Amino acid sequence: MPLYLIAALPFLGALLPGLMIRAGRNSCAWATGSATLLALIGLLTHAPAVFRGEVIQSRIEWLPMLGLNANFFLDGLGLLFAGLILGIGLLIILYARFYLSREDPMGQFYTYLLLFQGAMVGIVLSDNILLLLIFWELTSLSSFLLIGYWKHLPEGRQGARMALAVTGMGGLAMIAGMLILGNIAGSYDLTVILENREAIQGSDLYLPALVLILLGAFTKSAQFPFHFWLPHAMAAPTPVSAYLHSATMVKAGLFLMARLWPVLSGTEAWFYLVATTGLVTMVIGAVIALFKDDLKGLLAFSTVSHLGLITMLLGFGTEAAAAVAVFHIINHASFKAALFMTAGIVDHEAHTRDIKRLGGLRHLMPITFAIAAVTALSMAGIPPLNGFISKEMMLKETTYAVWAGNAWLMPALATLGALFSVAYSFRYIWHVFMGPARGDYPANPHDPGFGMWAGPALLAGLVIGIGLAPFVVEPFVNLVATAVTGQDPDVHLKLWHGINAALYMSVAAIVGGAVLLASHRGLESVWKRAGPPAAKAIFDAIIDALVRLSRAITETLHDGALTRYAAIFTVAVAAAGLHAYAGGVAGAPTRDMTPITGLPFIGWVLLVVATGCVVAFHHHRLLTLVLMAIIGLVVAVGFNYLSAPDLALTQLSVEVVSIILLLLALNFLPEFTPRESTAGRKLRDGVIAAVAGLAVTGLAYGMMVRDFAFPSISDFHLANSYKGGGGTNVVNVILVDFRGFDTFGEIIVLGIAAIVIYAVTESLLRGPVRQKLLERQPNHALAGDAHPLMMVIATRVMMPIALMVGVYIFLRGHNEPGGGFIAGLVVAIALVMQYMASGFDWAAERQRVPYHATIAAGVLAAAFTGIGAWFNGLPFLTSDFGYVRIPPMNEFELATAMAFDLGVFLAVVGAVMLTLESLSRISRRAGYEVSEYPMDINPAREDGTPQGEGR
Amino acid sequence: MSHWIIAPVILPALLAAVTMLAFRHHILLQRVFSTAGTVLLLAIALGLAVSAAGGTVTVYDLGNWPAPFGIVLVLDRLSALMVLLTAALALGVQLYAIGSGWDERGKHFHALFQFQLMGVCGAFLTGDAFNLFVFFEVLLIASYGLMIHGGGPRRLRAGTQYVVYNLLGSTLFLFALGTIYAVTGTLNMADLAVKVGELPADDTALIRVGAVLLLLVFAVKAALLPLHFWLPESYANAPAPVAALFAIMTKVGAYAILRMYTLVFGPEAGIVAGSFDAWLMPAALLTVAVGMIGILGARDLGRLTAYAAIGSMGTLLVAVALFAPGATTAALYYMIHSTFATAALFLVADMVMERRGADGVEIRAAQPIPQNGLIASIFFISAIAMAGMPPLSGFIGKLLVLDAARDVPGATTIWAVILVTSLIAIVGLARAGSTVFWKGYGIVTDETDTAPAAPTRGGGLAFVAAFGLLAPLVGMTLAAGPVTAYLDATAAQLYAPDAYLDAVLSGTPVKAEEAQ
Repeated sequence: MPLYLIAALPFLGALLPGLMIRAGRNSCAWATGSATLLALIGLLTHAPAVFRGEVIQSRIEWLPMLGLNANFFLDGLGLLFAGLILGIGLLIILYARFYLSREDPMGQFYTYLLLFQGAMVGIVLSDNILLLLIFWELTSLSSFLLIGYWKHLPEGRQGARMALAVTGMGGLAMIAGMLILGNIAGSYDLTVILENREAIQGSDLYLPALVLILLGAFTKSAQFPFHFWLPHAMAAPTPVSAYLHSATMVKAGLFLMARLWPVLSGTEAWFYLVATTGLVTMVIGAVIALFKDDLKGLLAFSTVSHLGLITMLLGFGTEAAAAVAVFHIINHASFKAALFMTAGIVDHEAHTRDIKRLGGLRHLMPITFAIAAVTALSMAGIPPLNGFISKEMMLKETTYAVWAGNAWLMPALATLGALFSVAYSFRYIWHVFMGPARGDYPANPHDPGFGMWAGPALLAGLVIGIGLAPFVVEPFVNLVATAVTGQDPDVHLKLWHGINAALYMSVAAIVGGAVLLASHRGLESVWKRAGPPAAKAIFDAIIDALVRLSRAITETLHDGALTRYAAIFTVAVAAAGLHAYAGGVAGAPTRDMTPITGLPFIGWVLLVVATGCVVAFHHHRLLTLVLMAIIGLVVAVGFNYLSAPDLALTQLSVEVVSIILLLLALNFLPEFTPRESTAGRKLRDGVIAAVAGLAVTGLAYGMMVRDFAFPSISDFHLANSYKGGGGTNVVNVILVDFRGFDTFGEIIVLGIAAIVIYAVTESLLRGPVRQKLLERQPNHALAGDAHPLMMVIATRVMMPIALMVGVYIFLRGHNEPGGGFIAGLVVAIALVMQYMASGFDWAAERQRVPYHATIAAGVLAAAFTGIGAWFNGLPFLTSDFGYVRIPPMNEFELATAMAFDLGVFLAVVGAVMLTLESLSRISRRAGYEVSEYPMDINPAREDGTPQGEGR
Repeated sequence: MSHWIIAPVILPALLAAVTMLAFRHHILLQRVFSTAGTVLLLAIALGLAVSAAGGTVTVYDLGNWPAPFGIVLVLDRLSALMVLLTAALALGVQLYAIGSGWDERGKHFHALFQFQLMGVCGAFLTGDAFNLFVFFEVLLIASYGLMIHGGGPRRLRAGTQYVVYNLLGSTLFLFALGTIYAVTGTLNMADLAVKVGELPADDTALIRVGAVLLLLVFAVKAALLPLHFWLPESYANAPAPVAALFAIMTKVGAYAILRMYTLVFGPEAGIVAGSFDAWLMPAALLTVAVGMIGILGARDLGRLTAYAAIGSMGTLLVAVALFAPGATTAALYYMIHSTFATAALFLVADMVMERRGADGVEIRAAQPIPQNGLIASIFFISAIAMAGMPPLSGFIGKLLVLDAARDVPGATTIWAVILVTSLIAIVGLARAGSTVFWKGYGIVTDETDTAPAAPTRGGGLAFVAAFGLLAPLVGMTLAAGPVTAYLDATAAQLYAPDAYLDAVLSGTPVKAEEAQ
């Protein structure tokens, strides 16, 4: 079976449990188990080759640009770990089948478990460190789901988050470390990296890479000071704890250190970082474990301690120590997984994991007791069990380690750790199983069914077997150790090493441990008073502080004040602009200043005064509108003065329309805007505005006093307007032809604006605003006649004239100032006048064109004019024109541009009218009376009474 | 003459106009035509992408006026890619809008939606700086309409901020274009590139101002700090499908930066050196930081997603700001990824809020919602993607960005910011997710097993849409090799603009190889 398939099988298998659960819990477990079993068989088919010393490889190119490829390889180390993951995985699947209750969604559980299993197998088989990173983070994610599996438990949620935060942090650090490592080695492939020891250790980046990678390994393997997440992960169901937090996931860090041992180890930095961390973790974990009353808490800290032990061995950097580490990995996996399962059995049967409430179970659960006793004694390092052998060897290795010139520090502390280890192991047996049976268990404990104890029993058998006949696993240990260190350490595993220093240390530990346990009660009260603070409280406080800080930053920054946002915008833009300007060269003016003459001066004064007045009187809304109208008019006059009649016309008609619409809107707003700004803020905003204004002035000045650096494209437009566009009004030809596409976009903008206004009014009128409008009292008493006779007559008379003007302006547009846009505004004004005079509803009844459709028709007319060119094989909006003579008229020009302009015209009329309609819907809601008649006083009417009297 | 290039602009415009003209009161017809139109747009976009894949730059002279005098549309790998991205996103979003019934909650959803697509596609295709302004206006006004779709005081208030702030941006756009035109006398991008390259030393101060102001305009769109203030409120309050569609709007800003600052003010244009390059990277890093911190600090799901959008834009802009082919490949990869991831996250947020009812916006425990597991899984997947965790494209995108930043000055800072903020995002998303989707089970008392009432809306189609938006993330991960190869070619085309210049200024399609 190719390696990628072995890694993929659990992932593929993860699809099964969710489906198979419908066929029952047994089918679900079987399906899950068979995926794992298949992968295990696939792995074992490679075992003979691996034992021959071959390295199995499988390569798939994935992302060659980055050097991320799906490359896998299998050697002794990979075989050991993959075997552990899949083998223990099988036992866990069996155990979980009986552990989970009917209320627990089993399908989900097995899905997550297989996802995790796949990720783990991926880690240990990866031949590409980027691929390894992916699997690495996947284990964090899947363990997040597994720890939080019991959604209703707060401990589960918090434990899951804590584990994810800590291991996630390590993972991110490792990303950086791996990228650096790959960069030094010139490849992300492990097989290449492992051959570049000199290059890596000689690089300046060795230390950062080492620290970052170790961060990843230490967080994952719960090394001090990152050990605190592991006990909280115990909120997970026990099968998860047994699997992830003893046998597999927490060993991923060890695996990585072992994997990279040939290139990273052997330096001082490695020794001091790894061995010290391992030693400290080992001692601290063991001490805390003794004082844990939760069975799983005790086991969790014992795991921390043992992980520290293995880390320390790897940290020594000698081949012999590494071999011991490998051996202890095997032993620890065997006894710790079994211990967790026994803890789960106790919890499952006695309904409590609190040691204080247990004791005497030996009589009630003999099988469980036997398994627990064997495995716990192995953990304590009691002969003839496997834990004894590896612990002896470990103690022996510490005697060779010299820490900063101090030869006894390491052995002493290691013995201390072993001592506490003995104490808590004994406590696990003594306080849970020994002593008299109690009558106050929360449930009736008894041995579980075979399915539940089969797994741990098998492991306990291994514990004894390896202990009695270590030579059986000796070749395997040597194989793995060779894979780790690159050379055969030739380890000889024996139960009896003779009387040496390690034996004395061992005896001391056992005796001391027993004494310690005997005085547990006294020690515990000391611990309760002087023990270290709970890590969870610290972690929670840090996270809470972070959240509060984030909230403070976020909410201070985004306080919702638009004025402040605008101020920041202005300052940023002005600063960036000035900074950019300062870095360049501004040449001397190439144009002369024009002399100041009368008319422009008057216009200038008007502009300045009106603008100043806006600043001064902006609280008075109506007055502001009038002042803005003045500014608009001056601008229009200015356009005309500067020979831009088209712009002047446009500006004028836009002014008229927008002022009318604004007046309508103002009708529903308070007359005055409230005064909210403090003096300080006014000063601040004033300064900002002044600086920005001056900057704009400078920019405009800079533009105006210099010619183009190159001939501008306008020359082409001037030259080709008539020849190519068929019009002598260049502005119009630019609008409908040269840059007709821009115009096409802009009429759409106009149309959208109108339908947005419509949509807003619609939703406003459906909401609470409606009631407000109905209850609204106008600011002032309304004029007695809403629809004055004189106005009605005048607008009626003006309408045909205005329409005619509109048509005229439209038709002449191509050659003289005018065009569809202006014509549209003029016609719209003609219509608006009728609405103003006789009221919207009266007028609307007589003119039933839906304005939505007018806008749409405009857009369509413009679009189809453009599309018409396709039929001549020309691009969108290519114009054509010709001259026709229809008697009795003179020859005149017909241009497709005119059809386009018609589209512009329609869109403009529709947009203005739709806006008007939307606004007048508000006034209708506000209780304005709908007039039946065109005017209030009609001489032709019999009664002649004014309508709406008294208002 | 192939007219397909302009189809992504004309098709939605026609469709929107016809919708307004013929069936503005008929929601079913609107849905049918609008969806058909989007499917068609996707097909056209695919066709365009295929035709651009070979490296050909195709130019469409509107009105048959040659560049630089008329307006041109230009199809190269990048513009084709962006149009394709837009169409794919739009289809998913539209299906969700229909499936969740959002399109019925106000007037003219589909017309505005199509106009929006027109604006976005036009912005990607145009080769003219002023025409870009026009399309910015189209997409701004259409997006405003969509944003306040459905009404409500909060939404209208947020909408006002949105439109006012963006009008500031539009005004600045005009300032920038005026400045650039005043110096060079042209607005066609290719022509600008040539002119800027030959600019006399006397004019550098003004052109630098123009270049920087233009960049700031795009920065507003791309939500670069400190010009991002329009985003959080408006995205958080916009209707979910609209917010999801807006995932592409920020990318318009990023696209415009990539386009203008490789083509016109590219690395070779030494005259802009020391202007924006001095602050773009720090600003991008700040954007990442503020966005990710916002995730942790957010009190409701809408804001959480909005800040996630800011954070991912920051990451994208970091890659953009490196202005090198490899980094641009990373940027493009991350851009596609972040578009879909952001959109999916917005949809999940909406699914939760819809089912939780009126007060369910906040991140806090409440009764488990109907379809909790399914929605939680969508959240989990999109959160993984957003935070840049494996196995989805976010991780690969982040790796590519980190890899691209390896050898530049300040690489340590860039790495540190990206990695540390990733952790903040992970913590924030894990908190939010476990609170929203898990914590509710703790407060259920006696009715754990009673099936909650079926949701009133948001049935199958909405889920299809949500998963449909996640599918590209999976696809991009599995096919990371081919995808990056294509993006690499895209980036290479950006940094070898000769083909583009020749195609636009000579008016005939030019193959990259011939141009060199």
